[in-house]
Amino acid sequence: MTAATRATAQAPGPRGTGSAPAPRPAPRGTRARAALVPWGFVAPFLGLFVLCFVLPVLYALYQSFLQVRRHGLFGEEGRESVFAGLGNYARALEQDAFVESIGRVLLFGIVQVPVMIGLALLLALLLESASAQWPGLFRATFFMPYGVPGVVASLLWGFLYTPGLSPLIDAAELVGLEPDLLGPDTVLWSIANIITWLFVGYNMLILIAQLKTIPAELYEAARIDGAGPWQTAWRVQIPLIRPALVLTTIFSIIGTLQLFAEPQIVRGFTANIDSSYTPNMAAFKSAFTDNDYNVAAAQSVIVALAAFVLSFGFLWLVNRKDRQR
Amino acid sequence: MTPTRRRSRILVTGVLALFAAYFVVPVLWVFIAATKTTSDLFDSFGFALGGEFALGANVAEVFSVNGGIFWRWTLNSLLYSVGGALLATLLAAAAGFALAKYRFRGRELVFGLVLGGVLVPAAATALPLYLLFSQIGLANTYWAVLLPSLISPFGLYLCRIYADASVPDTVIEAARLEGAGEGRIFFSLALRMMSPALVTVFLFQMVGIWNNYFLPLVMLADEELYPITLGLVTWQSYQGRDIGMYTNVVTGSMLSVIPLILAIVILQRFWRGGLTAGAVKG
Repeated sequence: MTAATRATAQAPGPRGTGSAPAPRPAPRGTRARAALVPWGFVAPFLGLFVLCFVLPVLYALYQSFLQVRRHGLFGEEGRESVFAGLGNYARALEQDAFVESIGRVLLFGIVQVPVMIGLALLLALLLESASAQWPGLFRATFFMPYGVPGVVASLLWGFLYTPGLSPLIDAAELVGLEPDLLGPDTVLWSIANIITWLFVGYNMLILIAQLKTIPAELYEAARIDGAGPWQTAWRVQIPLIRPALVLTTIFSIIGTLQLFAEPQIVRGFTANIDSSYTPNMAAFKSAFTDNDYNVAAAQSVIVALAAFVLSFGFLWLVNRKDRQR
Repeated sequence: MTPTRRRSRILVTGVLALFAAYFVVPVLWVFIAATKTTSDLFDSFGFALGGEFALGANVAEVFSVNGGIFWRWTLNSLLYSVGGALLATLLAAAAGFALAKYRFRGRELVFGLVLGGVLVPAAATALPLYLLFSQIGLANTYWAVLLPSLISPFGLYLCRIYADASVPDTVIEAARLEGAGEGRIFFSLALRMMSPALVTVFLFQMVGIWNNYFLPLVMLADEELYPITLGLVTWQSYQGRDIGMYTNVVTGSMLSVIPLILAIVILQRFWRGGLTAGAVKG
């Protein structure tokens, strides 16, 4: 490798997809083989992707339209699967607990996602401002919870929500407060705190990465125009990192609908979380407690569809605002 | 430094320090709690040391419960996360390299299909995947957790972009003229040039697998195959009947957090590698 190629090899990151040069015509016979080369590179990834992503999605769809008919009292005279149309979807939506769980995660998302993204944005802007001391240390500290498994984070916070164990509750009692962090009305927001704690730093890093791509000339121009830090943030930085804000919001929406581990663990600390607290918990219960895979599949499909609808709805909303400008 | 600048510096740093405290509190608590006996855990103030420093005894206890199963869980977690992430990185690199550097029919279709996969969360596919795997006899085996962990759509995306930007076509052409095969070009040239992106893909996939709970929960029935997360939840379910289990869950959680926090401190350095740094601060 020459010095020249090494210099190009370290050219910094993402640009649009470039294009490969057209291959020089090869003699016949080798051309067919050459066409297979890229597929050789792609095949292992693609094969596993089909097995672990595409097939399960298709299989869930297929299962969600079938129902198992058992003959005899316990199915001892054989079982058969029959086409059930939308029967499983109807049965899934007839379960009050499932519908309530969807409402619960929607309420959770409407509050928690804006709060989390707002905090991530605030921290990103503060860290990128000239006034921040020790930005590297703070950035690492804020990002650290991302390395704590959701299960472990829920155990830790669960202990901190438990009266008698928690120093936070002990401290609150000193000033005469008696917070009930695991009560029927508060436990949802205690879970929201766990999710926020886990993911603020991760979202903050994505925002910082895009903040760093803003050219210095723009900051200079804003300064010459007499913009203070607030105006710079509002008129330069936030508009320019909108793609990252949209991306983090969409991933947070999808994640909220999929809530499972955290409420499942907090359940071990309180009686105020039932087995169908979130849609995914309800699907899990249908599959492994009620042994009804068809309804479970329908519930999984409903959750995935809801995630798509909300993600694209959010995108549409954002773009519509653009068009009005 | 002007007085206003000093004021704003103190204010901003103060706000950052407050948030730092919020992020550190649970981790700080678990490191203190892991040094306490069961009775101190419940009776002493959470952020103060207990009467007796029982960290050594607690750790020894965690590793001896149930015939030392915690060792097994630790090794399983390492196998799933480090082994899975290594293979996942290699697969993503090979596919990303091909998508960036070869023109072939179906290229955009493959890329679009995989990007769609980013929007399908792992939890949504875990249940049907379990049904599929149980039909081909893979459920409740190491493969049941490993195979789905080998796919990183985000990794493919990053590798494609990075191969585009950092592996020059002229180098590939030169290697071909000297008679190098396509496989050799990838393994000895492209992989080396793509290494900053590969480190990022590896670390993110490793953290992702280590933190995953739903997939192993659905797939595994045998405690011998559990990762640490699943094991700790099993212990948590005994807490109600056995008060001594509390210290095991606390100490086990503390131990499971250490390697990942180390990884994260390294990870956020690499996060900057490969992204255009250099915004000048106002």
